[in-house]
Amino acid sequence: MKKETNILIAEDNKEHFELIRKNLLRADLCNETLNFADGQEILDFLFDMDKGFEGEHNSHEYILLLDLNLPKVDGVKVLEKVKQDTQLKKIPVIILTATDDRHTIERCHNLGCSTYIVKPREHQDFEETIQKLGRFLAVVETTLIK
Amino acid sequence: MKKDMVILIAEDDTGHFQLIKKNLWLTCVDSDILQFKNGREVLDFLFKKDTEVYFEDKKQYILLLDIRMTQVDGIEVLKRIKEDEELQKIPVIMLTTTSEASMIKQCYELGCSYYIVKPVNYHHFMEAVQNLGEFLSLGGMRLPFIKKSYV
Repeated sequence: MKKETNILIAEDNKEHFELIRKNLLRADLCNETLNFADGQEILDFLFDMDKGFEGEHNSHEYILLLDLNLPKVDGVKVLEKVKQDTQLKKIPVIILTATDDRHTIERCHNLGCSTYIVKPREHQDFEETIQKLGRFLAVVETTLIK
Repeated sequence: MKKDMVILIAEDDTGHFQLIKKNLWLTCVDSDILQFKNGREVLDFLFKKDTEVYFEDKKQYILLLDIRMTQVDGIEVLKRIKEDEELQKIPVIMLTTTSEASMIKQCYELGCSYYIVKPVNYHHFMEAVQNLGEFLSLGGMRLPFIKKSYV
């Protein structure tokens, strides 16, 4: 993955966000991470970019880690909006959530998430999962979103 | 759930296939691995046309797809899968030597999950496949079920 690719993390749990950020670093993934505390924040970021208001990030490469149980706008809705947009749909979306029910899993795959991962309950397993995710993302190429 | 994962590999280079299989085996020991030598073979399998191996509803599939293949290339395979209402759920990971930005863009537009460029260095290639394997065998990974009815 290019150094310039930003990792967007939509996660309202501060501890989870810190754990994710830290363990991506431990996996030697030094890309910039941005935290969004609710579904509206991430949509505003992505769709303002779409309108070209924010000069500094109007042409960039991204990967999105998306929690589902988010305040204001839930993650499934965020995924749906991202995948309906002709530009934003090119962003690989990784669902990272505590929700482990068949219906939600099928729905997210239908909408076009790249991967659906259930957060492990054990702290150490969670850390290990993020490190493996990080080492995988290191070999993934992303594409420019305008 | 994990042990029902089947990794489909569409790869016409035998050396690359062996390397991918061997290094996936190190990490995804419980998964079946099926090889397809060109785009036509993998489409026949997915759309069930006179093949010896059959697509099973109870298994969960993931496809590693090369681009430059004989008969039907990877772009066409990706397009066909993503046009199918059920098959479109299968995660498709492009694994190719092609590193052109326009190709990466096209594959993401068509709906691939990830695009990986095969490292030229042999050891780096092995390492990349092992990283992929570790990722695919994550305990929390949830894949979709594909229900195909062939009438």
